[in-house]
Amino acid sequence: MKIDVAELLDNMGADLQQHIDNAAREDPIIVGVHTGGVWIAQHLHKRIGNEAPVGELNIAFYRDDFSRIGLHPTVEPSKLPFDVNDRHLILVDDILYTGRTVRAAMNEIFDYGRPSSITLVVLVERGGRELPIQADIVGTRLTLAASEHVKLLGPDRLRLELCKAKT
Amino acid sequence: MNQQLDEQGRLKHFLTIEGLSRALLTEVLDSAERFAPVGERAVKNVPLLRGKTVVNLFFEPSTRTRTTFELAAKRLSADIINLNIAASATSKGESLTDTLRTLEAMQCDMFVVRHQNSGAAEFIADQVAPHISVINAGDGRHQHPTQAMLDMFTIRRAKQHFDGLVVAIVGDITHSRVARSEIQALNTLGVAEVRVVGPKTLIPTQVEALGAKVFNRIEDGIAGADVVMMLRLQQERMNSPLLPSAQEYFQAYGLTERRLKLAANDAVVMHPGPINRGVEIDSAVADGSQSVILHQVTHGIAVRMAVMSLVIGTHAAAGAS
Amino acid sequence: MSLCLAGARVIDPATKTDKCANVYIDGARIVKVGRAPKGFIADETIDLRGQILTPGFIELGAHLREPGLEHKATIASESRAAAAGGFTSVCCTPDTVPVIDNASVVEHIKQRARSARAARVLCLGALTHGLQGDVLAEMSALKASGCVAVTNADHAIRDTAVLRHALAYAASYELTVFLHPLDYWLNRDGRMHEGAVSTRLGIPGIPEADEIIAVNRDLTLVEETGVRAHFCRLSSGRSIALIARARRAGLPVTADVALSNLLFTDRDVGTFDPNYHLRPPLRDRGDRTRLRTGIKKRDVAAICANHEPHDADAKATPFSLSAPGVSSFDTFIPALLSLVERNAFDLSTAIAAVSQAPSEILGLEAGSLAADTPADICVFDPAREWVVSNDSITSAGKNTPFLHQTVRGKVTLTVIDGRIVYNTNG
Repeated sequence: MKIDVAELLDNMGADLQQHIDNAAREDPIIVGVHTGGVWIAQHLHKRIGNEAPVGELNIAFYRDDFSRIGLHPTVEPSKLPFDVNDRHLILVDDILYTGRTVRAAMNEIFDYGRPSSITLVVLVERGGRELPIQADIVGTRLTLAASEHVKLLGPDRLRLELCKAKT
Repeated sequence: MNQQLDEQGRLKHFLTIEGLSRALLTEVLDSAERFAPVGERAVKNVPLLRGKTVVNLFFEPSTRTRTTFELAAKRLSADIINLNIAASATSKGESLTDTLRTLEAMQCDMFVVRHQNSGAAEFIADQVAPHISVINAGDGRHQHPTQAMLDMFTIRRAKQHFDGLVVAIVGDITHSRVARSEIQALNTLGVAEVRVVGPKTLIPTQVEALGAKVFNRIEDGIAGADVVMMLRLQQERMNSPLLPSAQEYFQAYGLTERRLKLAANDAVVMHPGPINRGVEIDSAVADGSQSVILHQVTHGIAVRMAVMSLVIGTHAAAGAS
Repeated sequence: MSLCLAGARVIDPATKTDKCANVYIDGARIVKVGRAPKGFIADETIDLRGQILTPGFIELGAHLREPGLEHKATIASESRAAAAGGFTSVCCTPDTVPVIDNASVVEHIKQRARSARAARVLCLGALTHGLQGDVLAEMSALKASGCVAVTNADHAIRDTAVLRHALAYAASYELTVFLHPLDYWLNRDGRMHEGAVSTRLGIPGIPEADEIIAVNRDLTLVEETGVRAHFCRLSSGRSIALIARARRAGLPVTADVALSNLLFTDRDVGTFDPNYHLRPPLRDRGDRTRLRTGIKKRDVAAICANHEPHDADAKATPFSLSAPGVSSFDTFIPALLSLVERNAFDLSTAIAAVSQAPSEILGLEAGSLAADTPADICVFDPAREWVVSNDSITSAGKNTPFLHQTVRGKVTLTVIDGRIVYNTNG
């Protein structure tokens, strides 16, 4: 797939800075969703240059498919090394598809505290939403068939891969 | 043979350490690491087991273990009910089976079982409907696998790894389910040496076959040890044919600051609780800088959250496929 | 009624017979093994080619559960199971409810056994009143009512003085005493052999010392009192050595082992399988080897089924709470043959251990195919395979480790006193 992720990240960085300025959201904190969202959050963090470290969310405990697939075998726990109360949060994920991941991520954030606002930033937005969730900043929009999946590879050289689902 | 694993080798019950691979024990410890931070948040629960019903089925009284399982279940958003069943009511097998049938009819998802008879957890796991997970919270003198795993978790946090460690378990090995689980877990995780220390009346026959070296003198047993685990001495063992008195036991086997100097400089001291101060351990050691006894309690919740999630998750995945 | 059992391989250790031959029976007794006696006309001839014919088996200690424990089994169900397993005479243990410590219980059992019309039931009377180990049982009356021996079964007598008096008293009436060598205190809390497996499983152990101490004690008392003694269900290799030494020294003692102790070890308990919860316990591999050698060298004369049928609930419980014992009549022959196949001992020794030897211990006329002895006969097909299942087991007790397994060897004909009590031949 010929999408230049670096270029998308540049544009997203600029859009995000403008969004922050316009809405006067001082001193926002950036939180990425494991794993692709954390990579993108780190890039944006560099571009925005704020002081608080990047937060990492592992939404395994909040997924709504536990009763179908069991516990995810990932190792990394969530790390939000700051108080989220009354802060502006920039929530970053790689792909926005059904919206279920973002739902789970927001549920987890509220178990840490009550942020002033949450801005959703995604690298790729594709159709297929199952929940009323939309992104504020989008790198690119793709039109894909239900049988097609897009995946972010990294973390060294971020690139997108398109694959057909087997079934 | 292993009743607690499904066809894919995933944990569907947690009954005994015996027969579990190093990879599986490590998975439990790694999962517990993910659950540990939940206890430090504003909201200390996650919605993972929302809608699941856990029954604490205790045929033998225990406040501590029951409470940590209860807390673990609540932090996973499961509903939990406590059933304390007097031993006298279940001295017959029929009523135990009947109890299980009754609880199954209440559509429970997990039994956390403590029973005074060795093998009771295996028996119950064998009897229950296939959608129910069973966790052994202590059966007779046989196993107490979650206690062993929280001790392994505590050791790994203190020592980072198991390679090369010398671990001494001191006290009543014969009647201890914790000791049996720990000896097996430590060997599976690859420590250099497991020692059991106590008078011959409290060391079971052929314990070497489990993977432990026997020491009858505490000075020899803890010499150079990296971890010293003290076991609780049950009241009924004192003034019995096994042991003359608590005083004599402390004289001969109590862990004092002087004796602890024989262990490695950075040795940690553990105890599954509740502590008999002045019987198996001196207060100065229990409260001292080398003691990780209170960490064990905290870690107990994360480890039990991990085990509960893993076994219910395995059942969930099996039910969906 | 006359009977010709034709063409089987006849094995009778008592008459040193092992050949293909016909067996002729007239009325209740054997006429001849070999060629037809002059003028013999059989009312019925059964073709038994390819099968093995032996004296009927004699069981030294079965729990028939009646009176008192009829929810487990009855004399009718178990004497039929015995016949289906090739047993023609069965000693029933006195631990019934009430205990066989008076003539009326003996009479009741005999009457029930007669109406069942299956295996012959012989009563073992109690050694002490109620098996309580305090007061002597009325042994003279028990002997008069037909008890073949007296025993305290596996109820250990705590007070050695009582045991000593009981043996002396039994000797006064020339009663044989069946001794289960147990030390009350060492045996009391244990549920399996004390060893590596009991340590691993955390099950209270029965130390080997329990049996060794008791065998030593009992041998001393037997020598002192001069009682005729038979040691039951030895489980430890060291007690075999003690018995062998006493016999060499001229003490007229005999012994038996349970078939289960020749087949299994404590390792078979595996993960708490209550079907391997036995009394005496399954000991380790070394013990099993020495028990097998004891049979081979005839230091231990007899093999016992130690048949203990249980209801399902008795085993549907954690190991330590389960009732000990195995239902063994139905699977006795395939299990015994499996030992022969594994070269534990030869077939003739195996047959002697379940026919000739127990007959001699009890002083019976049966146990041989000699002419003019009772026509108690067992025929089995050594090659017949069958699946052990709730339906294929005749005993009311389905508690066997062989359940759901395919086994080889099946009894096809049992004759008692010349009467066919069990027959699956065409």
